[in-house]
Amino acid sequence: MTGYIVRRLGVAVIVVIGVAAITFAILHYLSPTPAYAVLGTKARPAAIKAWDKQNGYDRSELAQFLSYLGGIVHGNFGYSYKLNQTVSALFKENAGRSAYLSGAALVLSLIIAVPLGIAQAVKRNSPGDYAATTINFTLYSMPSFFLGLILIQVFALDLNIFPPGVSDTVTSTWGAITHPEQLCLPIVTLALLNVASYSRYMRSSALDELAQDYIRLARAKGLSERVVLTRHLLRNACLPVITLVGLSIPYLVAGNLLIEVLFNYPGLGLLFYDALGNEDYNVMLAYTLLGALLTVLGNLFADVAIAAADPRVRLD
Amino acid sequence: MTEEREITTEDGEALEPTAPRAMHSTPGMEFAGIGYESPFPSGTPEGGDVQAISSGWRLTVREFMSNKLAVIALVLLVAMILFCFLGPVFYHSDQTAANPLNSTLAPGNGHLLGTDESGFDEFGRIMLGGQAAFEIGAFASIVAIVIGTLYGAVSGLLGGFVDGLMMRFVDVLLSIPFLLIVLVLATKYNGTVVDISLILGVFSWLAPARLVRGEVLTLRTRDFVLAAQTMGSSRARLIYRHLIPNAMSVTIVNVTFLIADSILYLALLGYLGFGLQFPNTSWGDMLGNAQQYVQNGEWWLVYPVGGCLVAVVLCCNLIGDALRDAVDVRLRRR
Repeated sequence: MTGYIVRRLGVAVIVVIGVAAITFAILHYLSPTPAYAVLGTKARPAAIKAWDKQNGYDRSELAQFLSYLGGIVHGNFGYSYKLNQTVSALFKENAGRSAYLSGAALVLSLIIAVPLGIAQAVKRNSPGDYAATTINFTLYSMPSFFLGLILIQVFALDLNIFPPGVSDTVTSTWGAITHPEQLCLPIVTLALLNVASYSRYMRSSALDELAQDYIRLARAKGLSERVVLTRHLLRNACLPVITLVGLSIPYLVAGNLLIEVLFNYPGLGLLFYDALGNEDYNVMLAYTLLGALLTVLGNLFADVAIAAADPRVRLD
Repeated sequence: MTEEREITTEDGEALEPTAPRAMHSTPGMEFAGIGYESPFPSGTPEGGDVQAISSGWRLTVREFMSNKLAVIALVLLVAMILFCFLGPVFYHSDQTAANPLNSTLAPGNGHLLGTDESGFDEFGRIMLGGQAAFEIGAFASIVAIVIGTLYGAVSGLLGGFVDGLMMRFVDVLLSIPFLLIVLVLATKYNGTVVDISLILGVFSWLAPARLVRGEVLTLRTRDFVLAAQTMGSSRARLIYRHLIPNAMSVTIVNVTFLIADSILYLALLGYLGFGLQFPNTSWGDMLGNAQQYVQNGEWWLVYPVGGCLVAVVLCCNLIGDALRDAVDVRLRRR
């Protein structure tokens, strides 16, 4: 197992370097040097050239990429010339809030989706099952921002329960945790979208498992339905969802982007969005790399977690 | 049709496609193939099987038609397409000259769904946005399918080291978050239909490439491919005449999901402000602009557009699901 994880991590490093190379190439093609952003669009060519030389932007692309990679190893993701801070400082400041939003949404969606999927499978083809399937399928086809807009309309503007956006007073991760009413709508929006896909898989996998002999045996030996479902069915039926959670980690990040923009919540997604408007390429590059890293780690997590949850699966 | 006839002469041993990195593939798009060992020896006489082929496709259609929900979705989708492209013929509205005096009028008074913040007729604008959605959905998925099918077919056919290398490249690309890289490119393009379709298409060929490769891996060990190879057909002919047509069913299923995804991503781009440029518009642009007007109770700027968007994506997903099941049945019987 340890050997497997080490090998997979090795592959992950190669993949991340590959992603870095591709993203770096694209961004370099879009904007070879940030000199104009620093010196202004009217700067004289000589001044631009001097600035490039001073900051190493006159070297070959390969040399620049290698020094960027070298910087990453030391935790240096470049400098945001628009915000006048290092990218790592910006990320350190915002990552906590984003992680809190994603984590809370993930936990909430699992709390809803797992029992919902099992209940749908047990009461399959009942009106409740059809209703839940319809809602899930609709949510599955819905862009996150539209769901967010509807929730804002209903819960913030009509019913006046929650604020329509996250207020400016939420400046720290701790502030976000201690003001749950501020973050209720963003978390619920993000969670509902995940519920849509998780519970679909949960339902179909629970349906498969319910038809298995071990469930019939458990019932035949007189276990209560509750024990059958929680002790026998749950663990087996959860396996596909574990994979799904691993795979959806990057989507959670990309989903964050839209939710953070919609609710004006200061996280990494909003940072990236502002960087798009400002053409702040180092921030874009770092955020894309983070997404790629999470994708790779999410896959690895899915494989390892499956092996941990299901002794029949062996990794080697 | 020759190669399709041969598919059935060869009593289908649709082997489980070897998908070593299946973890990566989007859930819900699993491979349509099923492990199925035929009990019969291969090499049934030629004549009887020509029938079987046509009934193979007919079976798919029948299976699809028996899915009521999918048929309703198909009808609704066709109706939406007709509404968006033929609607402007019957319902005239000026979508090029902004008129601030008419901004955010309530529905009625010659504007079926009122007007938006620039005074454009909302009903006509939905048609305009829908045109863009369908054009980009179709064009982006064609780009993705063409690249993906060729890449997958070449990779699966060459096999060995080249195949490994080509698939690792796909793995790397799959690790780049789609929305982020599209947004990064979006900072520089001019929001035309062609630009956005190309960007969406160029980054969404990965799933079709893997599907087609999986299919080709099982196909290339089949007798009719070996026969073609023995008879000296070139690699290009093998790919175009034998492998791609037979991998088509997997691809067609994938197209519907690709269209749904492209429409959804177009909406996301539009919402974030990187969508089409004036005078074009997309449903996402309209929703993004409408966001600040929701608070004034101007519901007609949000719910009709959003409803159309969800309906179209939902229809595509339903059709895709039904098609996958239908093709599944066909493969089972093969």
